[in-house]
Amino acid sequence: MIGAGLIVIGVGIGIGRIGGSAMEAIARQPEATNKIQTAMLIAAALIEGIGFAALFAA
Amino acid sequence: MYRLLRFILVVALLSPVVTSSVFANAEAHHGAPDKELTPEEQRDENNAFVKHHTIDSHDFGIVSNEETGTHIGFPLPVILWDGGLHVFMSSAFEHGEKVVESKGNYYKLEHDGKIYKTDEHGVVMTETSIDKETKEEIVHELKPLDFSITKNVFVTIFMCILMFFLFKGIAKSYKTGLAPTGAAKFFEPIILFIRDEIAIPNIGEKAHKKYMVYLLTVFFFIWFLNLIGMTPLGINVTGNIAVTFVLAIFTFLITQFTGKKDYWMHIFWMPGVPVPMKIILIPIELIGLVVKPFALMIRLYANMLAGHIVLGALIAAVYFFDAYLAKTAFLGLTFFMNIIELLVAALQAYIFTMLTALYFGSAAAVHEEAH
Repeated sequence: MIGAGLIVIGVGIGIGRIGGSAMEAIARQPEATNKIQTAMLIAAALIEGIGFAALFAA
Repeated sequence: MYRLLRFILVVALLSPVVTSSVFANAEAHHGAPDKELTPEEQRDENNAFVKHHTIDSHDFGIVSNEETGTHIGFPLPVILWDGGLHVFMSSAFEHGEKVVESKGNYYKLEHDGKIYKTDEHGVVMTETSIDKETKEEIVHELKPLDFSITKNVFVTIFMCILMFFLFKGIAKSYKTGLAPTGAAKFFEPIILFIRDEIAIPNIGEKAHKKYMVYLLTVFFFIWFLNLIGMTPLGINVTGNIAVTFVLAIFTFLITQFTGKKDYWMHIFWMPGVPVPMKIILIPIELIGLVVKPFALMIRLYANMLAGHIVLGALIAAVYFFDAYLAKTAFLGLTFFMNIIELLVAALQAYIFTMLTALYFGSAAAVHEEAH
């Protein structure tokens, strides 16, 4: 139970940081929005993958 | 003003798509909405509802009503191997109530969806074996080998046939000219996107063509199956670990069998690194070889299954509360979750394809210059 909560915290922090830095990057260079968005989604999916795997193990 | 109208139009068009899953389950879930259920019964019913929508089953039930006992749907053939081949329709099971007799053996469909071997009175036959280490008796139930056409198998076959005819038709429509017509108008940008944004950046101009077949197939297969899972029919193919396991195995096998010399060099004898590090890297790379497709499997499976369970729980929560404010709040939440699930359907297909292309890229990579 506690393990599941910790996993979700970890995933939340990770994806939050990616989202945050993606926002900053877009603010600095609006022309690169598409590329940044793509990279952000890929990184988010990878982190969520680990999160789900851990969630099933817990 | 125009933008507001457009927003309202989109919401109005999307709401029947999304709330249909809520109301289609109204009949099945609560035959009489004003019947009072204790919280335990309510919870069991909710669990059964979510379970019905996420696990495989031996007949294609569309809507069923426990109150009046009507089931709309059709039975699927059951194919068992138990020393001999037994084939019969799953309607003989009558939804888990009857024991079926076939060539002298008796079979029963239990509540977990599996078929067990029983004697003529319906008692499951068991076999006791002695555990070698703890010397305890282990009793396990006998099951025949189950090769039936279940709901997931049926939908997968249907999807294969659908995709075959769809893309055959699209390919044929290009004979009359380069400009796309009909269904090709919708699919051409997507196919070009997979080629230009996923295949070529990861695999390279020269080698990407022979991998495009698999990449396109896997993308549309996962995307269409995810979308079918979003309908209220309760079909959950990609949320089944066996299906995603097979997809990951295909990716793994293709990577291994088309790996060039540079690929194997990178695993066993990484160039440009001092020898002690190379020895340490070998087990790490070998583990990575297996873990990467494994992660592909788990990612797709967990995303889809978790999405279905959450949606099922939210829909059940709509009926759980009596106050209409709570009901409306949960209905709105379900609406948003459904939109997010539509996004996740396409996104997971894209992620699977992109990571597969990445692995193909490392397999097909040929470095001309020295590291």
